[in-house]
Amino acid sequence: MDFGSVLNALILGVSIASIWLIAALGLTIIYGAAGVINMAHGALIMLGAYSSYMLQHYIGVPYLLCIPASFVIVAIIGLVLERGLIQYLYDRPLDTLLATYGVSLVLVQGVRLIFGSDPKYLAVPEIFSSNISLGFANISTFRVVVIAVTALLVLALWILFYKTRFGIQVRAVMQNKEMAASFGINSSRIYMMTFALGAGLAGVAGSLFGVLNIVLPTMGDSYVVQAFLMVVAGGGTLAGTVIASGFTGELQSVFAFITNDTFARFVIFLLIVVFLRFRPQGLFAKGGVRR
Amino acid sequence: MKITRRKLLTTTLAASAAVGMPHVWIPGSRDAWGATLKKGEPLKVGVLFSLTGALAVPEEDSTLVLQYAFDEINKAGGIGGVPVEPVIVDAKSDFSVYSEKTKELILREKVIALFACYTSASRKAILPTIMQRDHLLYYPTCYEGAECTQNAICTGPIANQHSKDLIPYMVENFGKRVFFVGSNYVWPKESNKNAKIWLEQVGGELVGEEYIPLGSSEFGPVLNKIRDAKPNFIFSTVVGASDVAFHKQFKQEGFKVDQMPIASLTTGEIETRAMGAEFGAGHFLSAPYVQTLDNPTNHKFVDGFLKSKYGKNGVTHYNMEETYLSAYVFKAGFEKAAAAVGFENVTPRAIRDHSGGVRIGDDISPEGEVWIDENNFNTWLKPKIAQCQGDGTFKVLKSADTHVAPDPFSIYPESGVCTKDGLKAPDGKIRKGVI
Repeated sequence: MDFGSVLNALILGVSIASIWLIAALGLTIIYGAAGVINMAHGALIMLGAYSSYMLQHYIGVPYLLCIPASFVIVAIIGLVLERGLIQYLYDRPLDTLLATYGVSLVLVQGVRLIFGSDPKYLAVPEIFSSNISLGFANISTFRVVVIAVTALLVLALWILFYKTRFGIQVRAVMQNKEMAASFGINSSRIYMMTFALGAGLAGVAGSLFGVLNIVLPTMGDSYVVQAFLMVVAGGGTLAGTVIASGFTGELQSVFAFITNDTFARFVIFLLIVVFLRFRPQGLFAKGGVRR
Repeated sequence: MKITRRKLLTTTLAASAAVGMPHVWIPGSRDAWGATLKKGEPLKVGVLFSLTGALAVPEEDSTLVLQYAFDEINKAGGIGGVPVEPVIVDAKSDFSVYSEKTKELILREKVIALFACYTSASRKAILPTIMQRDHLLYYPTCYEGAECTQNAICTGPIANQHSKDLIPYMVENFGKRVFFVGSNYVWPKESNKNAKIWLEQVGGELVGEEYIPLGSSEFGPVLNKIRDAKPNFIFSTVVGASDVAFHKQFKQEGFKVDQMPIASLTTGEIETRAMGAEFGAGHFLSAPYVQTLDNPTNHKFVDGFLKSKYGKNGVTHYNMEETYLSAYVFKAGFEKAAAAVGFENVTPRAIRDHSGGVRIGDDISPEGEVWIDENNFNTWLKPKIAQCQGDGTFKVLKSADTHVAPDPFSIYPESGVCTKDGLKAPDGKIRKGVI
């Protein structure tokens, strides 16, 4: 167990953390702002990957442009979803759970009907299918891209929520919808915007996962569970999700390095269960009253 | 009507007895429930694969190729003069659905045989039902062996055939140090046990062994370990979507295929297409069949299938070819049984008992002649080693000189030998239905 291997494991931990985080970002925004438990999150991730595939395969858009384009496409889908269905269900959390689950089934089967159930393929520039080697430390270029995109998104979200007028409105609605409304904030519009934003973030995650993984109608399923874990352990706030993902990513990498991958997952899920036993509200629970 | 306490109790009791002990109500003899064949009526067979869910990618292909095979058989006059009618059911990638639908196919649809399953997990889920009804399962892909039922016929390679040539070939060409990576379930673990024996025989060295949860797409930690262990090649039994992620990340992490190739039992044409040819090129595969096999039967199979209405996914791969063969093994077994006992007396049991030694010649079998073992009812075949080319097709580098015998208990000699009537232990006792 030399220094280089340990360092590699730590670097990889950051990368795994960024994957967990970017999968959870959209969910955090939607759950944190609107209180909707969005079961369709995995399907939205999948739609992000298929949007990129579609743009690349049929129109020939370069991969790097597919990422923001997927954001826009999936955000629009999220917007339609919110206007058409979710907005009628805000006061009924159990119904949103069921409705979004139904939506995810419709989306997955719909994609299967249109594109078939055989896996699709996302091409990336040659430079992304190599690695960066610094003698003792190694990391693949694409993992660096994922880390960079995740960091950029977190920064952008932080600015959006804490430095803009829109952010103040969102936080006001989060704390008390009625009171915010009485101050002239259009809470319905805020919900709509945050839902679209969260969906768009899932789209970005999808277009990145399509390269690391496989593009299939069911590809979102494996990410949605870990995304939910991060949101719950983080307490539904942006900072909470960032820190929870950071810890779990590093823990998974280090445990997988010491023992093996299966055991690492076992330990992580165990630790999260124990953590939630003693802190059911998650890392950073919201101070204000909500709903 | 007034419901009295007594009435309620007796009704509930009777109802729960009916639900709890169904065997009381279901006749045990096969005469009442089994398939009844009439000359002139189509021959019903069950086709039970997942068309939706996580297993849909390979299993949809299995369904399509079986439909193609039965169409071909029907066009050529059917079996014993009657057409075959496949009853296609979606198992939804859910193991409980597999066993429910198996019962439905046997009891309600009264099929004469079932073609089902792609994974060992689903096979083990339906075998108890198949055995209870003394029915017949065609399991049309590779598996680990270590089973001895009297109700299954397998047309794919089992663990002792699959890696027999691959390991010595890789050791000879790349070096003695090998790293095993597999998905975490029964088939990879059993396959690796076999691979270790072949490795020992050629003096190879196992420098690491890792298992990844089924469906996982995070190979960072494993690739880091491989980097530290510095093997000469990687032996992979990773399946499904994970396999695609593994090959992609292998290249993305800077591994070079010419210095450390992956020798896989699973990465065929369909996986290569999903990952993109540049991630598959240079790696090795051991399978009895690849699409580019150069013989007239295979050209006919590939052209015919891809042009038919079932060829929409654009490839033929080893799993499909093995599934295609199973239809012809069924045809041959049925005809043999019909000749022996008469068409109307053919039962699943009779087909199975007459399938031992059935040969599928190279005029039908795209991979070349194969035959069914008379004792364990797996298939004698020639495993081939192929390398993935830059365009995603496979080039055969080496084919076994002679057919390799299937031996389901090769690494468990203490359990005994699989015979026609059951697993024969070293002390001479015979156990039936070992799964």
